Amino acid sequence: MSVFIGEDTKLVVQGITGRDGSFHTRQMAEYGTDVVAGVTPGKGGRTFDDTIPVYDTVEEAVQEAGANTSVIYVPPRFAADAIFEAADAGVELIVCITEGIPVADMLRVLPYVREKGARLIGPNCPGLIVPGVCKVGILPGHIVLEGNVGVVSRSGTLTYEVIFQLTRAGIGQSACIGIGGDPLIGTNFIDCLEAFEADPGTAAIAMMGEIGGTDEQQAAEYVAKHMSKPVVGFIAGQTAPPGRRMGHAGAIISGSEGTAEEKMRSFRDNGIGVAERPADFVGLLQERM
Amino acid sequence: MNIHEYQARDILREHGIPVPPGEVARTPEEAEEAARVYGGAVVVKAQVHAGGRGKAGGVKLASTPGEAREKAEGILGMEIKGITVRKVLVAPAEEIESEAYVGIVMDRANKCDTFMVSPEGGVDIEEVAATMPDRIKRVRVDPRYGVLPHQLAWMGHFLYEDGKVARQAAAIMGQLYQAYVASGATLAEINPLILNPAGEVRAIDAKMNIDDNALFRLPEIAALRDLDAENPAEIRARDAGLSYVQLDGNVGCCVNGAGLSMATMDLVKYYGGEPANFLDIGGSSNPDKVVTALELITEDENVRSILFNIFGGITRCDDVANGIVEATKRIDIDMPITIRLTGTNEELGVKILEEHGFEAMVDMDRAVETAVRRVAA
Repeated sequence: MSVFIGEDTKLVVQGITGRDGSFHTRQMAEYGTDVVAGVTPGKGGRTFDDTIPVYDTVEEAVQEAGANTSVIYVPPRFAADAIFEAADAGVELIVCITEGIPVADMLRVLPYVREKGARLIGPNCPGLIVPGVCKVGILPGHIVLEGNVGVVSRSGTLTYEVIFQLTRAGIGQSACIGIGGDPLIGTNFIDCLEAFEADPGTAAIAMMGEIGGTDEQQAAEYVAKHMSKPVVGFIAGQTAPPGRRMGHAGAIISGSEGTAEEKMRSFRDNGIGVAERPADFVGLLQERM
Repeated sequence: MNIHEYQARDILREHGIPVPPGEVARTPEEAEEAARVYGGAVVVKAQVHAGGRGKAGGVKLASTPGEAREKAEGILGMEIKGITVRKVLVAPAEEIESEAYVGIVMDRANKCDTFMVSPEGGVDIEEVAATMPDRIKRVRVDPRYGVLPHQLAWMGHFLYEDGKVARQAAAIMGQLYQAYVASGATLAEINPLILNPAGEVRAIDAKMNIDDNALFRLPEIAALRDLDAENPAEIRARDAGLSYVQLDGNVGCCVNGAGLSMATMDLVKYYGGEPANFLDIGGSSNPDKVVTALELITEDENVRSILFNIFGGITRCDDVANGIVEATKRIDIDMPITIRLTGTNEELGVKILEEHGFEAMVDMDRAVETAVRRVAA
């Protein structure tokens, strides 16, 4: 069972000694994730909770502890460099939780990560979880259930809401991925759909988009052309006014582009089941599976 | 963050772009004085964070200082899309041979900055894109190299046939890119870019949007924020670390997380109600944030029913419950409060609420439906 993460994941936590980093390191380890190292520049040589070695650089974490995945909990002004460093150190998957990174920094980060052959998830995302196996990020482990629905979303708590409703209805998940609420992110809907299509443990997909940008429209076209598995989608922000940023930096209707209406229409036109509200996912998925 | 036209013009001027003079006036007298100094005809333009100023009557031509005063009197204090105009820009009227459009925008789909230029200036560029797509040229900028000289030359020649004029335009676009990068902008446009009878290219109107996330390292840009031009409740929310957007409805929403906040507003509408606001209290559970959130909601005169929708992940339900109890002690609330609480420390949160006479629900749909129904009560 694995979509981007799984039993082979060896995690390094960048910013392990910070408030968020330390809290979530314990949560991830408790869930069963193999946390092999932490990095905080200047604090190398220590041990976190008597079990996890802390290094000064990601390079050491890769070479000495064998890390292949990194999760980033560092403040916005240092986050772009943390991503550059992880990619340069040869980490294969980089999950950036940090919210508030300047978009100009992300413009430079994205081609660099691509050239190094790494995958970036986020920034400004809750990370991902493979129920019963592994979690990287901040998704609460107790709401998920092992199963065969792949969940992908631009949001955090809205994702928890949908997972919670699925779990209550007895519908388990193969993997839940939060791709992030920023305008520029490393992994988009299409990358996740492609991974779910290829994953034998996934039978159907629930995707949650929101206003702003055209990622959902492109994903809808991808579904029509390349997906054999059923997809159900929801768009948050049907009542959002144009031109106003709704919390997430990426959630803004620019001019007439990126409205919920346009995205839902694109879902319908491309054979995606449209959930009018989060509670509709249960019935729509059951009908299609 | 939005900045005003006059501020954007100043930034362009600092980067060497030829921008004709202009004076900001806060009173009709100041507008008259500015017009007298310039002599001749002037344009009086509302400085407000809203599009469609021209159509709303916020841009007027005046041929004498007295007329400038009259026009300013009419524009100052007028509302454009709900925002009161407090400043006007007074600028000499320019002689115009032709008008072009040049803009740079952070292009989400292509993950780069993209120039959009058109010889059809002075009008809404979205309209040009829809009706005359071949009159727009798009040039993508590789973030590793910045805009390249040949790209500027291509755009210059697309806009103007005359080589001399094209070179001026190319230089201006290079300077515009520098201004865009240095200001942490996600949009910078000159509309119109004019050619005058003397063969000179000039930037008449400028617009810039700034990336909020870049402000921490650009204090001089952050200082351009005009608090007078923003909703006071939204300013207070920002200072308290909340994300708040006021709307027209009567169901006040208090939610954790941006996506869930939007989904909650949508569900209010689904059950026949109208959301009064977007409000994300964020991931932390500081009770003070909940207090400020409730203050903002109750100070909105339209609100008739209050809805909390909390899905505890990092946010702990007991902290939010304590915040609600604390807030209702500090503020008089004379309307129904509906609370949905689930997730981390749910039992503890529900217990705290019940001890203080509140009911807590687990189901989001049921809570939203109840809050909408309570508007009429």
